[in-house]
Amino acid sequence: MDTTVANTGTEGKTWGGGNKPLKASYGKMMMWFFIVSDALTFSGFLAAYGFSRFKFIGSWPIADEVFTHIPFFHGSFPMIYVAFMTFVLIMSSVTMVLAVDAGHHMQKSKVTFYMFLTIIGGLIFVGSQAWEWGTFIKGDYGAVQTKGGNILQFGEYVTVDGKEKFKRVAVEDFAKVSTSERVQHERKTGIWFSSESALPMFTVNDVYAGLEAHSNVLVRTQTINEEGEKTVLSREESLKQIKNNGQLYVKGANLKVNEYGTSLFADFFFFITGFHGFHVFSGVVINIIIFFNVILGTYERRGSYEMVEKVGLYWHFVDLVWVFVFTFFYLV
Amino acid sequence: MAHAEHKLEILRGLIKFKSNTQKIWGVLILLSIITAVEVVLGIYKPEALMGKVIGMKVLNWIFIILTIVKAYYITWDFMHMRDETAALRRMVVWTAIFLICYLIFILLQEGGYIEGVYSTGYVKKDF
Repeated sequence: MDTTVANTGTEGKTWGGGNKPLKASYGKMMMWFFIVSDALTFSGFLAAYGFSRFKFIGSWPIADEVFTHIPFFHGSFPMIYVAFMTFVLIMSSVTMVLAVDAGHHMQKSKVTFYMFLTIIGGLIFVGSQAWEWGTFIKGDYGAVQTKGGNILQFGEYVTVDGKEKFKRVAVEDFAKVSTSERVQHERKTGIWFSSESALPMFTVNDVYAGLEAHSNVLVRTQTINEEGEKTVLSREESLKQIKNNGQLYVKGANLKVNEYGTSLFADFFFFITGFHGFHVFSGVVINIIIFFNVILGTYERRGSYEMVEKVGLYWHFVDLVWVFVFTFFYLV
Repeated sequence: MAHAEHKLEILRGLIKFKSNTQKIWGVLILLSIITAVEVVLGIYKPEALMGKVIGMKVLNWIFIILTIVKAYYITWDFMHMRDETAALRRMVVWTAIFLICYLIFILLQEGGYIEGVYSTGYVKKDF
């Protein structure tokens, strides 16, 4: 006895819901619609990044100078590590699509193996992302922030292979630590709700004293000149800028300050790669669930591995987003 | 569903694959080559590509076009868009493309305008 309406009596009729004009299952179509809406979310973020970048087009940080590290190696290798991350993600997309293909042929052991590789690839990517964040937060040369929120970096001219080049100098290598009278204010020294975060390693006066003592060190501003490089100031200008405008010594990047340039760059970096990283993380979790379902034989009994295909769609989408993040954060 | 037919040609039939697995590896090679080209261009930044076309460096146009090519192959071959019906494909792709282009246009236009106000107006930034 039917207590619910299971049939409408219109099956097979054009507008009755009986035919499937898109020839795709409900679940797959919903995954596609989710992907479209998620794609719009990501493009909203990336377009906002573009907005801020166009707003500060003459002073935006140059990505090649920001992301130059590889784990376990010293020196400057722009792009190499991100290229590796991109390759890992594309590779894990490939193993995913191989798992889907094996699912179409109902080969359980192959699906298991490829799903496993996909999960490993995802974990390597998330780990790399975490390392990249760590390096970015730690920073490398340090800089001075001005009253107007601009960043002044330091460096010197050196001759490499007969060519004069501007080489960055770390503030730690020339600043003089004075016996600062300023002590970090802690809760125990005053009323219980008032305290401050750790003081910067140097005061601006320390940096100025060091700059005065090292005649080779020059200041580099955020402004991009006609050659597409950051402007380097003369010696007098350098001293004047630090003395008159310098306000805070900053090292590394967080949501408030960013030694590489405008703090918006750091904000967007954390937000967009963070949101993407969260997608990868949830993708890995979903993949693990499906992986165990495959091992348990759920889809074998169901007679179809379509669930692997649906999760695969999501996983490829994460890869697709990364392709765009890679271009707009690291290349352009 | 279990034995869905796959279309096995890429590049408008220039390369035909014998099986779906072979096509997947072929697409991987294509994507890797594109990424390698991007990285090499990104590291060396050839002087010849620094000229500006429609307000942006030629190099940046190359990066964006290569990215869209990569996105195309990920969607068409990894996500099997090639095998879906034309209606589903257009519904997903054109909706997204239209809305994204619109969004990018408004935001970049506005960003450029504000930049103009900053640099030609009486706004002091360097202090």
